[in-house]
Amino acid sequence: MSTSTVPGTSRTVHTPPSARASTPATRPRRPQRQAVGVLLGPFVLLLVAVFLVPVLYAVRLSFFSETHTGLGFGKARTAFVGLRNYAAVLSDPSFVSGVGVTLLYALVFLPLVLTGGLALALLFDSGLVRARQLSQTVLFVPHAVPGIIATVIWLYLYTPGLSPVLDVLGSADVTVNFLGLRMLIPSLVNIALWSGLGYTAVIFFAALRAIPRELVEAAEVDGAGPVRTALTIKVPMIRGTLSTVAIFTTIAALQLFTEPMLLSRATPLVGPRFTPNMYIFDAAFTRNNYGLASAASVLLLLVCCALSYVVTRGTARTGRRVPDSRKARP
Amino acid sequence: MPARSVPAGRPYGRVVANVVVGVSVLYALLPLLWLLLASTVDAEALFASDFFGPSNFALVDNIRTLLAQDDGAYLTWYGNSLLYAVGGAAVGALVSTAAGYVFDKFEFAGKGALFALILISVMVPATVLALPLYLLASDLGLANTVWSVLIPVLFNPFGVYLARMFSASYVPDEVLEAARVDGANELRSFLSVGLRMLAPGYVTIFLFQLTAIWNNFFLPLVMLNDASLYPLSLGLYSWNSTAPINPDYYPLMVIGSLLALLPLVIAFLLLQRHWRSGLTAGSVK
Repeated sequence: MSTSTVPGTSRTVHTPPSARASTPATRPRRPQRQAVGVLLGPFVLLLVAVFLVPVLYAVRLSFFSETHTGLGFGKARTAFVGLRNYAAVLSDPSFVSGVGVTLLYALVFLPLVLTGGLALALLFDSGLVRARQLSQTVLFVPHAVPGIIATVIWLYLYTPGLSPVLDVLGSADVTVNFLGLRMLIPSLVNIALWSGLGYTAVIFFAALRAIPRELVEAAEVDGAGPVRTALTIKVPMIRGTLSTVAIFTTIAALQLFTEPMLLSRATPLVGPRFTPNMYIFDAAFTRNNYGLASAASVLLLLVCCALSYVVTRGTARTGRRVPDSRKARP
Repeated sequence: MPARSVPAGRPYGRVVANVVVGVSVLYALLPLLWLLLASTVDAEALFASDFFGPSNFALVDNIRTLLAQDDGAYLTWYGNSLLYAVGGAAVGALVSTAAGYVFDKFEFAGKGALFALILISVMVPATVLALPLYLLASDLGLANTVWSVLIPVLFNPFGVYLARMFSASYVPDEVLEAARVDGANELRSFLSVGLRMLAPGYVTIFLFQLTAIWNNFFLPLVMLNDASLYPLSLGLYSWNSTAPINPDYYPLMVIGSLLALLPLVIAFLLLQRHWRSGLTAGSVK
């Protein structure tokens, strides 16, 4: 899911006044406990069944391996292998190159979507743009297009014989191989940018709207032009939102799967282990090596948790400087 | 919203701003326009990119071919997608709304730790969970059933986070106090007062979850073998794998993709107010 939150500045410590007022005498009220159980129960059940248990199961599996005794006949035995699966994943050149591809992809995609979205949001916020609401809606529409369909559309626009884009370029004597070695990463980035640009712009715009108007007006009174106001007042004020979106975008990039999976049918450059997620899928369902696949999953999970931790700390720190969070830590 | 005071005498900036936004709008729109036009013509015109020839119009034929292909597989997939997405989002959003309400209105032991766990689970990519979920489901004999796709999508931690914020801003504590004074127990006051006030929040969460499930690809790919249980994403994927070998599938993919994205685009256009408020709540607060 590619929605965004600002956990560090969220209302995690919110206590409803009524609860606070009635706490001393009535906290263990029975009917209240019952209501908590009934209303929260289903969610907690799901949390355990489809989050906690699978995560723990994956961690457990990553320490085991199936071994065949004798000549490969007879029943497979599951044996504890310690960290050997992790060593196998990390020393596998196809996994390492998948990580490299993902990093390259993220390095191209992140700056483009962040600056593009920010620029559009600042333009919307400047009041210079006509039909602002309509433009935002149209820009957002690609986000509602399922990833697989977005990829099909662009894949066909990249395919010679189908693509009007290539026809137009061809009539101007330009030949581009969108699925060739040099264009492959840009072609993938383009699909993600098409889906994500409007979404990012709408989020940044919402954050810009929340900036106290007096601050912007004060800067204008002091003689700052619109560009200067944008760069010195507005952008720093939404730093929290910027870094949160950056982290969610990075986590989404780490999951790259659907797009290259579809492209793998159209170009030999995309192999079955092109990204870490494809590596996991290939390990589990082509090579039937669940231990290896689980180890790779756990590694990916650890990277995501580390990233989230970094950004949660980051927003908590910047959050203290933003007027909104008045409660500095003791 | 009224445009803020724009210094007069900056026509240059105004032109640049509108050109940049205009180009971005075209970038968003043109691929969809291509899909729309390509769906209306026959295969020959599709490969020639000739969308406006008078004799090329074949939208009805395309739809007929689509529905007849593989004994009506497309309609089956459409029905499956509706079941997974509408059913999953309706129930999942209710579960999240109730949980978010509890986090906002009640105190209980372990609340802070539980909410921290929810925030962590928001960050965990669904694709990382898909493999262990498959292995668990296959141990339980649930793999390759409707449940293997339907149950995991009910879990929506971000929905709980949103619902907690909606509850804090939409449901005043005084109203609940009044319900208590009137003798309603906690469950009754949630069902008759809280849930009604949370309706806009529920719709927002429902919409985001609907989109996420409709787009879901990895989980069904891992879980399902039986093509009659496929959602649209997986069905179209299986056809797309055939297209480079058999070009007859290109027109099918084009019209199939168009019809598959229509419900989502329409839902987003109709429920704009809601997803905007959801994005705002998620990103700013």
